[in-house]
Amino acid sequence: MKPAFTDPVLDAQAGFRALMEAMARPGCVQQVISPPDLPEGLEPAAAAAILTLADAETPLWTDAGEEARGWIAFHTGAPLVAEPASAMLLLNTGATMPELATLQAGEDETPQDGATLIRQVAGLSEGSGWRLTGPGIAHEHRLCATGMPADFPAQWRANAARFPCGVDVVLCAGAALAALPRSVALREGG
Amino acid sequence: MTDPGYNFAYLDEATKRMIRRALLKAIAIPGHQIPFGAREMPLPYGWGTGGIQVTASILGPDDTLKVIDQGADDTTNAVSIRRFFHRVAGVQVTTRTAEATIIQTRHRIPERPLTEGQVMVFQVPMPEPLFKLEPRLAETRRLHALGDYSLAQVKLYEDIARQGEGGSAYSHPVMVNHRYLMSPSPIPGFDNPKLHMSPALMLFGAGREKKIYAVPPYTSVVSLDFDDHPFRPVRAPHACAACGSTTSYLDEIVTDDRGGRMFVCSDTDHCAENQMARKAAE
Amino acid sequence: MYVAVKGGDAAIAAAHAWLAEQRRGDKALPELSAAQLQEQLGLAVDRVMAEGSCHDRELAALAIKQARGDLIEAAFLLRAYRNTLTRFPAAEPVDTGAMRVRRRISATYKDMPGGQVLGPTFDYTHRLLDFALLAEGEAPLAPEEAEATGAPMPRVSEILAQEGLMRREPPGDGAPPPDLTRDPLPFPAPRALRLQSLARGDEGFLLGLGYSTQRGYGNAHPFVAELRMGEVEVLITPPELGFPISLGEITVTECQMVNQFAGRADTPPQFTRGYGLSLGHSERKAMAMALVDRALMARDLGEEVTAPAQDQEFVLLHADNVEATGFVEHLKLPHHVDFQSELEKLRSIRARWEAARDGVPEAAE
Repeated sequence: MKPAFTDPVLDAQAGFRALMEAMARPGCVQQVISPPDLPEGLEPAAAAAILTLADAETPLWTDAGEEARGWIAFHTGAPLVAEPASAMLLLNTGATMPELATLQAGEDETPQDGATLIRQVAGLSEGSGWRLTGPGIAHEHRLCATGMPADFPAQWRANAARFPCGVDVVLCAGAALAALPRSVALREGG
Repeated sequence: MTDPGYNFAYLDEATKRMIRRALLKAIAIPGHQIPFGAREMPLPYGWGTGGIQVTASILGPDDTLKVIDQGADDTTNAVSIRRFFHRVAGVQVTTRTAEATIIQTRHRIPERPLTEGQVMVFQVPMPEPLFKLEPRLAETRRLHALGDYSLAQVKLYEDIARQGEGGSAYSHPVMVNHRYLMSPSPIPGFDNPKLHMSPALMLFGAGREKKIYAVPPYTSVVSLDFDDHPFRPVRAPHACAACGSTTSYLDEIVTDDRGGRMFVCSDTDHCAENQMARKAAE
Repeated sequence: MYVAVKGGDAAIAAAHAWLAEQRRGDKALPELSAAQLQEQLGLAVDRVMAEGSCHDRELAALAIKQARGDLIEAAFLLRAYRNTLTRFPAAEPVDTGAMRVRRRISATYKDMPGGQVLGPTFDYTHRLLDFALLAEGEAPLAPEEAEATGAPMPRVSEILAQEGLMRREPPGDGAPPPDLTRDPLPFPAPRALRLQSLARGDEGFLLGLGYSTQRGYGNAHPFVAELRMGEVEVLITPPELGFPISLGEITVTECQMVNQFAGRADTPPQFTRGYGLSLGHSERKAMAMALVDRALMARDLGEEVTAPAQDQEFVLLHADNVEATGFVEHLKLPHHVDFQSELEKLRSIRARWEAARDGVPEAAE
């Protein structure tokens, strides 16, 4: 079994601060500390996000390979679920992304039950791409994520329309991550 | 030096994870109160246990922590909480607003404008802005879901009709991101405008009531009011006797038993900075 | 020149030193040991364990000593300590039917299988100060050891249930019990969580509420079907073993209170049960808890909710003395920032009021 965080307390704290900054400033790319040696198919930022957030109380869905699944189950104790709709946390490493509309979105009185989708993408950069506005953004942030489904902006519009219910997304590439909380409005860049 | 008898920042890792998940959802749904499994802390409920749990869950060794109560760093409760974190997390502490990365506060927002690198952690006694109008949580939860804030608007209208002006002197409710009515914690109305489009992230923790909520940076925060009776923050109409400031929030000090009064800044760091600047100019 | 009050650090250190000195009291007298408290103030220890939600007689005694006998402060110390402990799996439900009984009484039957066992009780004592205890008293003589009959002591509620007169509790769904200390109370709260909350609730608060149900606030006509106190075994089933193992015995007090229920179209008239269970020997607590538990069932039974004791949010959110004492006592913290705002506000409203009284047109702002 490959190891988890070198320092389980302080690395998780650093991972959380990166996630918190990412969620508070949508589209701003953050860097994380990662375990030194990761299972096949898992990249540093996504691995750090899972180690930071998952435990026995978070039903987790993932399409990652066997080694990664065993690694997650062993280090976090999260129950792995077969259906994306039953998950509180989703780790999406493949090309196909679960449809946002099919995931848990919470209820009007409990919108916090909406799922968090952590998706590995090929690249993340600021300054071009989507135009993001909303809470956490003074004027506009630009975020370019390569390897997202073509209909993602349409899916996101439908997700944002359900506010305060909805799904929050964390995009990861290498050791970088950026977040799209459900409160953010996304337009295709030009 | 961190006390070796405790985990870093006192809380165990499972508790921190639970609070951290709640914080991320709180940021994603600005102004919405999220129930969390608040733990008993070694400090009493009502003395900052919510704020302490939030701070303990975000704090890291690179942070510099400032703790204020009533705007001051040297009030006993602020001293006690600062000592707690120094003991269990060994972090650097400061009284300088400009140097702090995390500012835990009870009842004030510093005068000095906050920056993007800073996180405010508010201690919240009563997170529910409607509690005086509807004490039942099952009912207020429904009203928040519906976005039905007519109770609060009627109360404000009645205050204006009766007193000629509306609004609470402190804890005056705010609309966050045009969706949720939120208690800003018992800060004076004077501080409410500082929440609007602040570059800093604002986190709110209520330990006894077991709720967490947040206002992300650059988020619209509007004090509840009417167009023809706009919310009017008040301060004592005097200059600070120590630094001369005419813009800061003032504490009223009773100087004798014959009605003598003087006014000084409630924000001790701000006052000290002003005094230094004045000395330097002389 | 005005100088703001400073020196919080030094003041706190000095106050704590003074507190320690006061706690110790006159050094000419021998210091109390936690063991003495455990043995000789056993009911205080039990109350602190119950409200501190932690069964450890030695630590409860230490908390009482450290808190100078302030039992709420002691419960708080124990809670804060409990909160740092590692959790093992949930224990199996304790079987109070198999209790090694030291006291067992029923008010609903003159006699029943197993009989009435008075046990160590203040009941029927004359509340006259015993001045002999002021002197260094001799150890009292132990009573003649009662002959253990060994007869089984079935729970009185079972006797009523056999006749079909006792409302059957809905069976558990096998899910692990919800845990009040991990998740905040949802409302409406299921009975398991209500009972957890009452079990750690303040004895005085529950006593007053229980009492109010007897005085017409909640329409209760309760009978003590059974009150029993003694030792029960705590079992856990480690997943790797698959069978229960014993962790040892603890003392508990259990009260089953019966109340008539008028019935509904779909439910025959029958008795319902209010349930109280407390760590240690705490009869008043267990009885008050049983009364309040029954009052809180009003909603489930379709009874009209009219009294404070029937109001879940009112009862459960105000029963915890650690929460309550913290928030009440936080009023000692400085509030001058808010008070200043309140002062300015009152001055402003007052000026308007005086202007209106004197017929002066309101000044333009």
